[in-house]
Amino acid sequence: MANLETTQNSQMPDNWTSLFTATGWANLILLVGLALVPTIAYYTGHPFWIDISTRLVILAIAAVSLNLVLGYGGMISFGHAAFLGIGAYAVGVPAYHATYGEFEAIASYNGFFQFGLAIAVAALFALITGAICLRTKGVHFIMITMAFGQMVYFAIVSIETYGGDDGLVIDTRSEFPGLDLSNPIALYALCFISLLVVLYIVHRLVNSRFGMVIQGAKGNAERMNAIGFNAYIYQLTAYVISGAICGYAGALLGNFTTFISPEMMDWSRSGELMFMVILGGAAYLLGPVFGAVAFILLEEILSGFTLYWHLPFGIILILSVLFVKGGMSGLLSRLGKRDG
Amino acid sequence: MDGSLVLIQLLNGLQLGVLLFLLASGLSLTFGIMDFVNLAHGSLYMIGAYICATLAYWTGSFFLGILLAIPLTAFAGFIIEIGVIRHLYPRDHLDHVLATFGLILCFDTLVQIFWGVEGIAVQLPKWLDGQVELFNGIIFPTYRLLIIITGLFIAAGLYWLVNHTRLGMLIRAGASNRTMVSALGIDIKTLFTGVFALGAVLAGVAGMLISPITEASIGMGNEIIITAFVVIIIGGIGSMKGAFIAALLIGLIDTFGRSFLDDIFKIFMSAEAAETAAPAISAMLIYILMAIVLSFKPQGLFPPKVR
Repeated sequence: MANLETTQNSQMPDNWTSLFTATGWANLILLVGLALVPTIAYYTGHPFWIDISTRLVILAIAAVSLNLVLGYGGMISFGHAAFLGIGAYAVGVPAYHATYGEFEAIASYNGFFQFGLAIAVAALFALITGAICLRTKGVHFIMITMAFGQMVYFAIVSIETYGGDDGLVIDTRSEFPGLDLSNPIALYALCFISLLVVLYIVHRLVNSRFGMVIQGAKGNAERMNAIGFNAYIYQLTAYVISGAICGYAGALLGNFTTFISPEMMDWSRSGELMFMVILGGAAYLLGPVFGAVAFILLEEILSGFTLYWHLPFGIILILSVLFVKGGMSGLLSRLGKRDG
Repeated sequence: MDGSLVLIQLLNGLQLGVLLFLLASGLSLTFGIMDFVNLAHGSLYMIGAYICATLAYWTGSFFLGILLAIPLTAFAGFIIEIGVIRHLYPRDHLDHVLATFGLILCFDTLVQIFWGVEGIAVQLPKWLDGQVELFNGIIFPTYRLLIIITGLFIAAGLYWLVNHTRLGMLIRAGASNRTMVSALGIDIKTLFTGVFALGAVLAGVAGMLISPITEASIGMGNEIIITAFVVIIIGGIGSMKGAFIAALLIGLIDTFGRSFLDDIFKIFMSAEAAETAAPAISAMLIYILMAIVLSFKPQGLFPPKVR
């Protein structure tokens, strides 16, 4: 435990002095950049950037939620795209019924209801599947989370009412009092503030007693059990919180794309989220945000060069696994150490 | 009439089952021996199908296509192992998953570059492209029957290879204690490459066999690979026997679920509700089965003894 806390302090800007390291500066630049660049671009007549940034920030929230279980908890979930999908359909399905009738009970445009539903259903799905997945570990856990994710995918594909394979168009975005989500700046503001809130929640979580237990269980679950913590319960709780956050990100994604389809919860999306976490640096608070930035920029740049951008993208992924240890934050902290 | 439909679906389920076994056995071998998680196993299935489709088109013979495609798929597996996979053995499972995910992106795009977005259909020889009457007037497509027989033969061959040959002995020994095998003077590197290539061929053959039915298409492996995962999870990762039994089980349950679940549902709910619920439930059936098995046996039905 003591060991864990010391590594914590070296990575987290817990106090003000540690903020002014290479990592601390990078964090500050990242967040300020994410706040300013799209806004300035929008008001100077480049609305394209706000589209990219909104997608980026939403995926970053999902990646931060994945980092809670993957990075801190050592639970390699390959099914997080399912939570994104659940969240998006929790916006799309009530809106569909509000427009076309039937199922009065859930028919609503109300944002609080839709986002609440997204969080609740995602949390419930995480609770049920997590309870089963967490009975296993290692490779089993990877494959089972993947299989459950794919289960949701196929279930949505086979429900004809909501478009099945073809997806569903969201005609009316979530309605919040005093907030018009069809205004790109308003939507981006909501996403960005959500990211900050989620980062704060995860920061508080991982530095709490709860966070210490899940990080301890990552190293050795038996030892945590032996010193009197039921690791399973703690891990399951972390999994449910992570699922709920990812479901929330899904609700944002639904509002952003206004077109939802099973495609968005395909297992390759789970792989992309995982790539963001690892690329940025697992078990590092802002790692997934760095990862999401790198991912989106890579995607934009490569797809500008060639139609076949997945090829260089895949090669970069393989090379980064083979040769880059600890992701971008690992590079940064090594850079910081070299400096001082 | 109803009885014959059940029998035909039983055969269809068997056909899916043997294909799943071909995929799952390769996955199980690489995991059991190298402790390696290969997401890109489905890509080998796709590569096999594409190579076979192309060669069948050039030579004009489906069988010549398969015969030539097998060594080529083995060669592809060989190259992938030496180029990427080999360097990942000492890493953890997370790195395996990420790197092989990268491989999938590469292969899907490479196939798109070489063969285009459209799938490639494969022409069957005349004598296979029909139906046979089995007994009591039950008519079944000849080619699907051939897939079942081929699959069972390969399964038997694998059983013989693993249990009655020197290579099989090394495979079994490698699965229970790698370090000891290499300490006894076995070139473990070559063994691993060989096993990976064997797995590649098994996956490739599954892709070749299915290509005349579904045609070779991009991403064909990415869907079935998840089902193959479910198979080895249920069977017990690393167990060939488990993979075989679970593959047939999943093949049958999936096929029966898709064809009969709405009829079963109609017994206790309205026809309309059954029409809506049945497709969704039957799509989830194998995952529900997986959940049930895991809640009783977290290691699967036949976990390997030593690990």
